[in-house]
Amino acid sequence: MGLTRKSWFLLAVLMVFGLPGAQSWAGPEIQQWTTDNGARVLFVEAPGLPMLDIRVVFDAGSARDGDSAGLASLTSGLLADGAADWNADQIADRLEAVGAELDTGSLRDMAWVSLRTLTDRQAYERSVETMRAVLVSPTFETDDLERNRKGMLTAVRIGEQKPGTVASKAFHRAVFGDHPYATPPGGTRESLESISRDQVVAFYKQHYVAENGVVAIVGALDRQQAERLAQEVVGDLPRGVKASPLQPVSELKQARRIQTQFPSSQSHILMGQPGLYRGDPDYFELYVGNHILGGGGLVSLLNEEVRENRGLSYSVYSYFSPMRRSGPFVMGAQTQNAKADEALKVMGDTLMQFIEQGPTEEQLTAARQNITGGFPLRISSNSKIVEYLSMIGFYQLPLDYLDAFTGRIDAVTVKGIHDAFLRRVHPDRFVTVVVGNGQASGE
Amino acid sequence: MIRSILMVVLPAVVFSAWAEGPVHEFALDNRLKVIVKEDHRAPIVVTQVWYKVGSSYEPAGTTGVSHVLEHMMFKGTPNHPPGQFSRIIAANGGRENAFTGRDYTAYFQTLSRDRLEIAFELEADRMRHLTLPEEEFRKEIEVVKEERRMRTEDKPTSLTYEQLLAVAYRNLPYSHPIIGWMSDLENMSVDDLRRWYQLWYAPNNATLVVVGDVDPAAVLKLAEKYFGPLKPENIPAQKPRIEPPQRGETRVSVRAPAREPYLIMGYKTPVVGHADQEWEPYALDILTSILDGGSSARLTRRLVRGEEIAVSAGASYSAFARLPGMLLMDGAPAPGHDIEEVERALREEADRLKKEPVSAEELSRVRAQVVAGKVYELDSVFYQAMQIGTLETIGLDWRLIDEYAERIKKVTPQQISQVAQKYLTEDNLTVAVLDPLPLDGKKPLASRGGHDGTH
Repeated sequence: MGLTRKSWFLLAVLMVFGLPGAQSWAGPEIQQWTTDNGARVLFVEAPGLPMLDIRVVFDAGSARDGDSAGLASLTSGLLADGAADWNADQIADRLEAVGAELDTGSLRDMAWVSLRTLTDRQAYERSVETMRAVLVSPTFETDDLERNRKGMLTAVRIGEQKPGTVASKAFHRAVFGDHPYATPPGGTRESLESISRDQVVAFYKQHYVAENGVVAIVGALDRQQAERLAQEVVGDLPRGVKASPLQPVSELKQARRIQTQFPSSQSHILMGQPGLYRGDPDYFELYVGNHILGGGGLVSLLNEEVRENRGLSYSVYSYFSPMRRSGPFVMGAQTQNAKADEALKVMGDTLMQFIEQGPTEEQLTAARQNITGGFPLRISSNSKIVEYLSMIGFYQLPLDYLDAFTGRIDAVTVKGIHDAFLRRVHPDRFVTVVVGNGQASGE
Repeated sequence: MIRSILMVVLPAVVFSAWAEGPVHEFALDNRLKVIVKEDHRAPIVVTQVWYKVGSSYEPAGTTGVSHVLEHMMFKGTPNHPPGQFSRIIAANGGRENAFTGRDYTAYFQTLSRDRLEIAFELEADRMRHLTLPEEEFRKEIEVVKEERRMRTEDKPTSLTYEQLLAVAYRNLPYSHPIIGWMSDLENMSVDDLRRWYQLWYAPNNATLVVVGDVDPAAVLKLAEKYFGPLKPENIPAQKPRIEPPQRGETRVSVRAPAREPYLIMGYKTPVVGHADQEWEPYALDILTSILDGGSSARLTRRLVRGEEIAVSAGASYSAFARLPGMLLMDGAPAPGHDIEEVERALREEADRLKKEPVSAEELSRVRAQVVAGKVYELDSVFYQAMQIGTLETIGLDWRLIDEYAERIKKVTPQQISQVAQKYLTEDNLTVAVLDPLPLDGKKPLASRGGHDGTH
């Protein structure tokens, strides 16, 4: 166990972004095809290690919950709890007896089932057969559903004891209003109580279909083997139809401040607005600009002003989370309750100055060097590449996305960033959430 | 869905073995150890500098000083003013950070392979020439206090774990938190850091680990160029710290604002290098995987799915540490069940390991996971470097990484029962229970310590 100097949160954000780039580096060679029933497959051959990663993603995240917050997550959580003739114990036994790792999950846009396994015959056959069953014939037994419901309810309650989670939920509710991105993917106490098995089965039948899915494969397979693998895993899914387009996110009309009392020694601060979407024309200007403002790891304007110059927070950051529709632009920090106002002011001032003046040439050069020079790090493992493939496939980004990225970064100018921030970021209409300052604080 | 909190609080380093890229070991004249592992899958290189110092070296009154010093290592030398280190790494497309543990403090950079020299130049410079300016310290100590508030003060499960350690160890220096007690942070001075830096930051107390797409001879040459001129230091010998026999169960309750109760329990256990029998830590390692080596293992299977007593349950143990530690088990009750039921079930699982030999299937599953894990970990150069650095820094040999799978294979069901009988005993046990206080300062809980299952 160890402590790191800087919150790992930032690394997580980089992964959310999934942005590669570099001068002379090309991305891995991506092969692409469509299964007979209509699932798109992206594949990168990686013969270096006797293993494979396969990740199947569906447009089946909580944005598709409708009036039943938590439905997507509950459905996803049940997939590996019963499938074909096997119960949860048997599914786990089958996978773990050959050292395979299966993961299911969902966020706002995406739901996924992923598998990592050795490629020796026994491990491969056993784990792929199991993954196929989990995707194609989950049973959604009532007992399992009730247990998962209780687990999710407890998770909601545990979230209530975490000031960061309380802040994040309030922030999303306020920024996204009546858009599906507003509701927590884990559901609410009320919504979880009311979800029925029929709803889960209907959700699965509608969303876990070939046309609504993308398969990403990286591993020690050739093209033919990868085609067989994709066919085996998703070939028996019904063709189905692609999920209908999500409604666009509305811009905020006025500033709003939410102050929630919480018995913590720190106040958790989140401020922001709807940001950008995948394929957004301002994507690269805003990405590089944010890198300078608050996204560049240990080096950023916010880190400089809030942490290095004033010692106000351990973790201070900003990020755009690009989604199918406009995901959030967030600036965040945590500081002792007595310093919350000062931290808010410094964060706001830093942003205002950045919007008004734009970056300097030097700042832009440093950011470009960091992003492009770090390109090989971004695609240095099978697990990173399989994430990119599923992201490229899911958001229908061009296949040369990785190859072209460096050029796009290099084309960003000071003027372009300045202009994009002026047009797109509106602090006068921000949602600002502060959670803390309640009774019985630890100090 | 809800992961055992142990997974978060205690990411135990798991060791395993499979065919690997070649490893080369060198020592410079100033006794800096250099270990290079080739991995040519991607054109990148990770550099890690490991110092043999961490929170378990700290005397009472200055707990947390290793970690604060780690923060201050980014605050400049005569050649590089505060913050420049990070800016240079960033401008070269690198990722960097540092971490402090009980037994080590380590610094790392990941770069494309042609930039290795930049990392060496900067790391060598701050190994002996840190400035430690007073005004930078005044700001950074505030950052560390914020870090403590975020990680511990406002996290009821972290508070519970911290209290468990504090009451479990009578003499072992694992009793205080890595980040330090808040009062020690408040009383820390830049002079404390100067003394700490002087004592421990020297080439003969460090290991340089490089993993990636590199030529070992070229790495050695660069290491000699940058680290070679650094002067060694007289490193103080550590007195042995031996934990006296516990002689009875220890319990502590932690009352903090929270919604959900939580339990963590620890049995004192040996580690590699400190065991009566060489095989014991490996038997304990398998025992832990029998309990919590995935979704098919006993705790999730029985407590979460079978009897539905818990929403999460876990176990963790590290066979590799400088000093003996604990095998930990934790859990949180499911709605309609209380923390006592979770504790009873965890104790029953410990007892069952003493009475019944583990099945062939379970053993075979653990071995398969070890073999597979050894391949999977080669997907990360960072993790490979972590393994080498950890073992070297706690006084073991990195070659243990390769022996691990063989040693695991040799463990018998009888040996697993034996370590259970010997170490998972009541006299050897410490239990910490989180007892939730209302979050809003007024709403009383239905039954304190129990589970409020109503809404």
